[in-house]
Amino acid sequence: MNDIEIYGVVAEFDDPTALVEAAHQVKKEGYRKFEAYTPYPIKDLDELVPGRNFVPLIVLIGGLIGSATAWSMEYYIAAIDYPLNVGGRPLYSWPSFIPILFELTVLFAGTFAFFGTLALCGFPRPHFPLFNLPQFAEATSKRFFLCIEKRDALYDSQLTAAFLRDLQAIGVWEVENT
Amino acid sequence: MTELGTIEERQRHAARPLDPNNPLPVVAPSTTFETVSEQISSIVLTRKTPIFWWCVFGFGLFLFIVFGIAVTYLLGKGVGIWGVEIPVAWGFAITNFVWWIGIGHAGTLISAFLLLMRQSWRNSINRFAEAMTIFAVMCAGMFPFLHLGRAWIFYWILPYPNTMTAQPNFRSPLVWDVFAVSTYFTISLLFWYIGMIPDLATLRDRAPTKFKYAVYGIMSFGWRGSSHHWRLHETACLLLAGIATPLVLSVHTVVSFDFTIAILPGWHSTIFPPYFVAGAIYSGFAMVLVLGLPLRRVYGLHNLITVRHLNNCGKLMLATGLFLAYTYLIEPFTAWYSGNGFEMYTVHNRAVGPHSWSYWLVILLNVIIPQALWFYKVRTRAIPLFAVSLVVLVGMWVERFMIIVTALDRDFLPSSWSNFIATFWDNATFWGSIGMFLVLFMLFVRFLPMIPMSEVRTLLPFSKPGGGTEK
Repeated sequence: MNDIEIYGVVAEFDDPTALVEAAHQVKKEGYRKFEAYTPYPIKDLDELVPGRNFVPLIVLIGGLIGSATAWSMEYYIAAIDYPLNVGGRPLYSWPSFIPILFELTVLFAGTFAFFGTLALCGFPRPHFPLFNLPQFAEATSKRFFLCIEKRDALYDSQLTAAFLRDLQAIGVWEVENT
Repeated sequence: MTELGTIEERQRHAARPLDPNNPLPVVAPSTTFETVSEQISSIVLTRKTPIFWWCVFGFGLFLFIVFGIAVTYLLGKGVGIWGVEIPVAWGFAITNFVWWIGIGHAGTLISAFLLLMRQSWRNSINRFAEAMTIFAVMCAGMFPFLHLGRAWIFYWILPYPNTMTAQPNFRSPLVWDVFAVSTYFTISLLFWYIGMIPDLATLRDRAPTKFKYAVYGIMSFGWRGSSHHWRLHETACLLLAGIATPLVLSVHTVVSFDFTIAILPGWHSTIFPPYFVAGAIYSGFAMVLVLGLPLRRVYGLHNLITVRHLNNCGKLMLATGLFLAYTYLIEPFTAWYSGNGFEMYTVHNRAVGPHSWSYWLVILLNVIIPQALWFYKVRTRAIPLFAVSLVVLVGMWVERFMIIVTALDRDFLPSSWSNFIATFWDNATFWGSIGMFLVLFMLFVRFLPMIPMSEVRTLLPFSKPGGGTEK
C-alpha cells in the first residue's frame, strides 16, 4: 500500500448547506490546501476556498493590446503605407478609426478572457486524480465534494478522514494520485 | 440543521414563494438537481431521436443541398444569375445579410445583456438562443461573401502585406463591417462555448458509452466543478457579457452605417442605428420563440421554458416592435421636415411606387398584427405566440427588402431608374440559407446540451446554502 501515492481525502455531501458548513470548519481547523467541487457556482465558497482571480487583469491586458493593435494598424496603413485622398479628408482621420478600434478591443479582450481562463484552470487536463473515485461523477450533476489535499501541512490520513466524517459527510474516501 | 430528508425530497416538495408582481415561476415546481441533469443530458445521450427532429433535419438538409447547388452555380456563373443590377446592386444578398445578422442579436441580448441586468429567468433559454446567434451569423456572413462576385479573393478586404501594395480604406463602413461581423462571430462562439464547458462535463460524467465519454471528455477540457474554477468561470462569463453587450449594439450600428453613410435618400438618416438595432432584437426574439416553442413541446421542456419566459419574450418583442413603429412614423416626418424633394419622393415611392406592396406589408406584419402581444393570453400561449413570431420574422425580412430596394431603384436621376425582379436563384440562395441554419441548429439540439444545466441548478430551491436560490 505504501508505494501508492495519495492525492488527498475526499468527503461527499448531498447538500450545499452541509458543504459550506464543512468548508467553514475545515478552514477553522487550519487546513489551507483544500478545494470544493460543486455542480454549480456557490458564492459562499468564494471567501472560503483559497485561490486568486487573475481573469480581470488578463482581460484588461487583452483589451489594451487590441486597442493598440487597431490604432497603430489603422494609422500606419491610412497615413503612412497607403495614403488615400478621400474627398480631401486628412489622412489621419481618427473619428472614422473608432469602430475598428472598438471591435478589435473587444475581440482581443474576449479571446484573452476565454484562453486566459482555460490557462488559469490548467485546461485542457482530461484526467484528474479525483476522477479515480466513481462517486465523483456526480459532482457535475447533483453532489458536493470537499477534498483536503495531501500536500497540506496538517494532513494525516486517519485524523483528516475522521474529521471530515464528523462534518455530516455521506461518504469519505482517500483518493490515489494517478 | 433539522433533517427533512434528502435535498431531492426537499426540492421536490419546495413551496414556491410567489412574487406578487410576477406570479409565474421561472422553473416549474418539483424540479431537482437530479431531474434537470437527467432531463437535459438524456436528450443528447440516451433518448431516442424524435420523429420531429428527423423531419426538420431532413427538410433543412434538402434546402441546404439547394443552397449548395445555388452557390456552386453562382461561383461558376457570377452574380448575374441574381436579379441584382445597377442601380439595385444589393438586392436579396444584402437583405438576407441584414436579416440574418439581426436575428442573431437576440441571442447575445439574452445571454449578455440580461446577465448583466441579473435577469435570472434567462438562464434556461440562453444556450439555444446563443446557438441561434452563431448559426444566424454564419448564414449572414455567407451573403456579403457571395455578393463580392469573386468570392475566392475575399481576403482582399483584409489588411495584410501584399504584392499589390494596396490596403483597405479604414474610413469605409464596409471595412468596419468586416471587423464587426467577424468579431461578433468570434466572441459569440467563445462566450457560448465557455458557458457550455460545465454542461459538457455533466454529459461526460453521465455518458453511457466509452466513445461518448471520450468525446465529451475532450470537449469539456477536464472540467471538474472546482470552486476555484467556478470563480474564474463566473468572472470570465461576466466580463464576456460586459464586452458582448456594447458589441451587439455596435454590430448592427455598423451594419446600418453601410446604409446611412451613403447619401442616398431613404438611407441617409441619423435614426438608422437605433432603428436597425431595435429591428434586429425584434426579429431575434421572434426567432427565439419560433425555435423555442416547438423544442419545448417536442422535448417536454415546459418545466424549464415556462410561461414566464414566453410572457417576457412577448413583452420584449412588443417593446422593440413599438420602437420600430415609432421609427416608421418618424421617417416620413423627417423627409417632410427636411424640405428635400428627393427625400420626400422616396417616401412617396415607398407608399405608392412599384414596391409599395412591401411598404404596406411591413406596416401590417411589423406594426399592426404584433399589437396582439398586448394581450396576456397571446403572450402566454404557444400557438398564438408562435404565429405572431412567424409574422414578425417575415415582416422583418420584407422591411430589409423594402429599405434596400425602394431607396435604390429610384434615386436622383430618373434616367437611371430601374426595377428589381428577384430570380429563381435569388430565392434558392435565400431559402438555402434557411436550410443551412436548420441543419446546424438541429445538430446542436441533438448533440449538445440545449438548456444550460449548471445555470438552471442555481435557480432551484435550496441551491443556496442555508435555503433559497443561488441566483
